[in-house]
Amino acid sequence: MAIKLRYFAWVRERIGKPEEEVELPGGVATIGDLMTWLAGRGEEYAHAFENPKVIRAAIDRRHVKPQAAIAGAKEIAFFPPMTGG
Amino acid sequence: MAMPATITVKVQSEPFDVAAETAALTRGRTDVGALVTFTGICRGEENGEPIAALTLEHYPGMAEAEIESHVAEAAQRWPLTGAVVIHRYGRIAPGDDIMMVATASSHRAAAFAAADFLMDYLKTRAPFWKQVEKASGRNWVEAKADDDKAAARWTRSGGSNDQAAE
Repeated sequence: MAIKLRYFAWVRERIGKPEEEVELPGGVATIGDLMTWLAGRGEEYAHAFENPKVIRAAIDRRHVKPQAAIAGAKEIAFFPPMTGG
Repeated sequence: MAMPATITVKVQSEPFDVAAETAALTRGRTDVGALVTFTGICRGEENGEPIAALTLEHYPGMAEAEIESHVAEAAQRWPLTGAVVIHRYGRIAPGDDIMMVATASSHRAAAFAAADFLMDYLKTRAPFWKQVEKASGRNWVEAKADDDKAAARWTRSGGSNDQAAE
């Protein structure tokens, strides 16, 4: 399953790119699984996801929790807690 | 018959005109008795250190959708005659406006409450991130736990606001 990943703020800076398309391996069913899998893809990903508890996620532009299922998602975004306003 | 609420949501890099936006909330209608506005402005220092500018990053598409859904929720919870939310992105110099919220209603209680609600939710749910530019370098602004607590006041349980707690 090919999926578009987007990164913002320091998650984007640590990974070194704003977005990418990835082919997900079997067994990656939730946002939490995806963060664990991404963290194993190299030093920059390990750095970005070193404290997954602080990372927020969105599936198709809606906030989701780490236990959210990713089946059917087109775009998944990872970012730090928001600081707008 | 009640006129429909006048709702405006904009995410833009350009400056905005608070006076023009609020005038649009009362133009052509006589059911507005209260207008509350809030403007967020870029401060010139952080922790005693002068800052050169703020740069706001946002998630295009999601930022608009999140703000629109919260404005719709505010309009359901309070009898608003109108609301405006404008949030800028890009580089913003000290003294310049970052964002504004305006809420209008027949009476002040609804206008104050809706503006407060919108600000608390925008702080914690709208996908924007501030980076501070100083002589010593750049750093991302850290989210404040107080902002999460403020947003939680508006949930029925008074607890989590549907996102991972830190």
